[in-house]
Amino acid sequence: MYEILLAEKLNGSVMKMVISAPLVAKKCLAGQFIILRVDEVGERIPLTIFDYDRKSGTVSIIFQIVGATTRKLSLLKKGDYLFDFVGPLGNPTNTNDINKVLVIGGGVGTAIAFPICKELYESKKEVDAIAGFRNKELVILEDDFRDVTKQFFIMTDDGSYGEKGLVTEKLEKLILSGSNYERVYAIGPLPMMKFVSKVCDKYNIPVIVSMNSIMIDGTGMCGCCRLLVDGKVRFACIDGPEFDGTKVDYDEAIKRNKMYFKEEREKDCNLLRRIDE
Amino acid sequence: MNRVEMRLLDIDKRKTTFEEVALGYNKKEMLDEASRCLNCKNKPCVSGCLVNIDIPKFIDFLKKDNVDEAYNVISKSSLLPGICGRVCPQETQCEAKCIRGIKGESIAIGRLERYVADNAAKNFVFSESEGKAKVAIIGSGPSGLSCAGTLSTLGYDVTVFEAMHKFGGVLIYGIPEFRLPKTIVSEEIEKLEKLGVKFIKNVVFGKTIDINDLIDEGYKAIFIGCGAGLPNFMGIPGENLNGVYSANEFLTRVNLMKASDERYDTPLGDLGDVVVVGGGNVAMDASRCALRAKAKSVSLVYRRDFEQMPARKEEVLHAQEEGVNFNVLTNPCEILGDELDNIVGVKCVKMELSAPDSSGRRRPVEIKNSQFIKKANTVIMAIGNNPNPLIKNITPAIKLNQKGCIEIDENHMTSLPGVFAGGDIVTGAATVILAMQAGKESAYSIDKYLKNKL
Ligand SMILES: Cc1cc2nc3c(=O)[nH]c(=O)nc-3n(C[C@H](O)[C@H](O)[C@H](O)COP(=O)(O)OP(=O)(O)OC[C@H]3O[C@@H](n4cnc5c(N)ncnc54)[C@H](O)[C@@H]3O)c2cc1C
Ligand code: FES
Repeated sequence: MYEILLAEKLNGSVMKMVISAPLVAKKCLAGQFIILRVDEVGERIPLTIFDYDRKSGTVSIIFQIVGATTRKLSLLKKGDYLFDFVGPLGNPTNTNDINKVLVIGGGVGTAIAFPICKELYESKKEVDAIAGFRNKELVILEDDFRDVTKQFFIMTDDGSYGEKGLVTEKLEKLILSGSNYERVYAIGPLPMMKFVSKVCDKYNIPVIVSMNSIMIDGTGMCGCCRLLVDGKVRFACIDGPEFDGTKVDYDEAIKRNKMYFKEEREKDCNLLRRIDE
Repeated sequence: MNRVEMRLLDIDKRKTTFEEVALGYNKKEMLDEASRCLNCKNKPCVSGCLVNIDIPKFIDFLKKDNVDEAYNVISKSSLLPGICGRVCPQETQCEAKCIRGIKGESIAIGRLERYVADNAAKNFVFSESEGKAKVAIIGSGPSGLSCAGTLSTLGYDVTVFEAMHKFGGVLIYGIPEFRLPKTIVSEEIEKLEKLGVKFIKNVVFGKTIDINDLIDEGYKAIFIGCGAGLPNFMGIPGENLNGVYSANEFLTRVNLMKASDERYDTPLGDLGDVVVVGGGNVAMDASRCALRAKAKSVSLVYRRDFEQMPARKEEVLHAQEEGVNFNVLTNPCEILGDELDNIVGVKCVKMELSAPDSSGRRRPVEIKNSQFIKKANTVIMAIGNNPNPLIKNITPAIKLNQKGCIEIDENHMTSLPGVFAGGDIVTGAATVILAMQAGKESAYSIDKYLKNKL
């Protein structure tokens, strides 16, 4: 059992939790993820590690309430326990051999982009970041990002905060204004990663994306996290989660992620009913 | 007298519930079957058993209805009789060597073994751990369990590390409830806990902990039994459509995550018409699980003929009885989807067997212009697994062969001294009993190695 040491809302639908998991905290690096199970009947879901503290043996996660499991998770409080919490899984971000990078986060993906920023920043690299949200209410982690970046830009779809527009517009502007990024990291909704990769490809800048596939075991055993990269089947849990953004088949990934949409919605309703009762 | 048949669950119940299909012998049936044993002096059956259970001796106790003594005889050689009695391919092992089988039917050794396991009182005398060296076991499948149990009886301080949230490996997430009830597996694991074995879940060797961590924590030897994880796909168009599963994923969803049980959260969705590809035991398990998970229809597609099917005859028969349609000499060449990437059908081609080649094998070859489309909403690929890919990243000091399996010497030791391995990660996908044998032999090798070293 893994104790929840902190549970707080970052915005209407995004939560942060700090979990006591000493073995995971001892080993984890930026870019890796964990798989958790809320209770005895729970499904296994992957979440990227947001932050960790090796000394106190804690791991932080940030999640958006999207389906049945994240809703269940959001109802837990400080002092409650998770049934299972395993990791760190996947390969850590490779931050070697680069000096100037741009990190782009979209929505809750911003949380996943944060540890990469932090690690690059702590290893004395020049890091800029763009975070995109639909509107002001949804903005998260602004201060955290300011602490670990040289320049930090917030974009909102409706212009209610930061600049109005899409992250890709800002990306293109930055590139054209002569920021010589050696690499771009993009983490967020699949369509966002798709279009960021297109822009990067156009300007010949290497781009890395982090794929949040549906997973069960996270150790290469089931194959449900598979995706097409450069025409080949790869497993997000053991070959990724990061891949060359210009090689990923996003359209297929988008459809695969919708696979259980209907069941999720129904379960969600059942769950809500149970909670209401 | 012929072999006593085992009663089976009512066919209608079989199609709708996950209850065990083979019901086991009652006392009279056991006594009748045991009485057929000739108690041969040279015991050919024992040589057919990979862990050398003294079969005539335990059957002799059964003849006197002394189940507890029979259990003690089996326990000397096997730690998991309740499991082996159910899933071992006895017809090619002990029972194949039975003298009775030459003229008539061999003794139903597996069924008797199961009777013993299910009915013995199991009052063990548990030896206190003698405070011998610490040994780490990676993986809680049959190889890890038998290595852990054997080491524990030898007095070692044993800890099992498992990546998943439940212990048992394929016994838990692969082999379905209706062939191997999970309570049997949990009982065997509880038995090991009582023997003093410690079990730690949610630890992925190579990620959560590595070899140096184990050495730092004082472990003197390591046994790797992490199974053959990575599922194969065919490489045909449409394999990433929604509703295409590896057998591992499908069986894990159903068996481990209980996706077809409404109380559990893991989704499975409406299976509709299901096509299972493959001809092994895994394909049979997947087909029969799909039926029970309310598929509209289940068809199995296999590129060779019935005679070449690697699955046990009994499993094929059970699948047929339950209503799985068999399409032999048929191979899928494309999975067809709609605009939302949901499966609508499988394009298949008919096959025929070529004339025997130099090795005597008849290869399946396509029959020209024989393509047809099979209606389907779900496709399950049961065409084998490759070795667990996490292992290769752990340390280059552990040598792998070309297939990615761990190489071992005659003592089950890998190229890294003190690290042993066994089970599917060494042999490729094989059987429960082979994995158990490897675990047990490794335990004795570890004992020898540590005695020499310390
Ligand atoms: C559906 C199906 C049906 C089968 N039916 C039969 C049958 O009827 N009869 C028969 O004899 N055989 C059968 N088999 C084969 C048999 O189950 C296997 O040969 C046997 O389980 C292999 O045992 P093992 O100990 O090597 O590995 P597994 O049983 O595969 O166990 C390996 C364990 O290690 C864990 N693990 C993996 N990597 C790590 C890591 N890095 N760190 C920590 N833990 C890890 C896994 O989670 C797993 O629990 C079947 C197999 C399947 C899939
Ligand atoms: S999650 Fe099962 S193989 Fe990746």
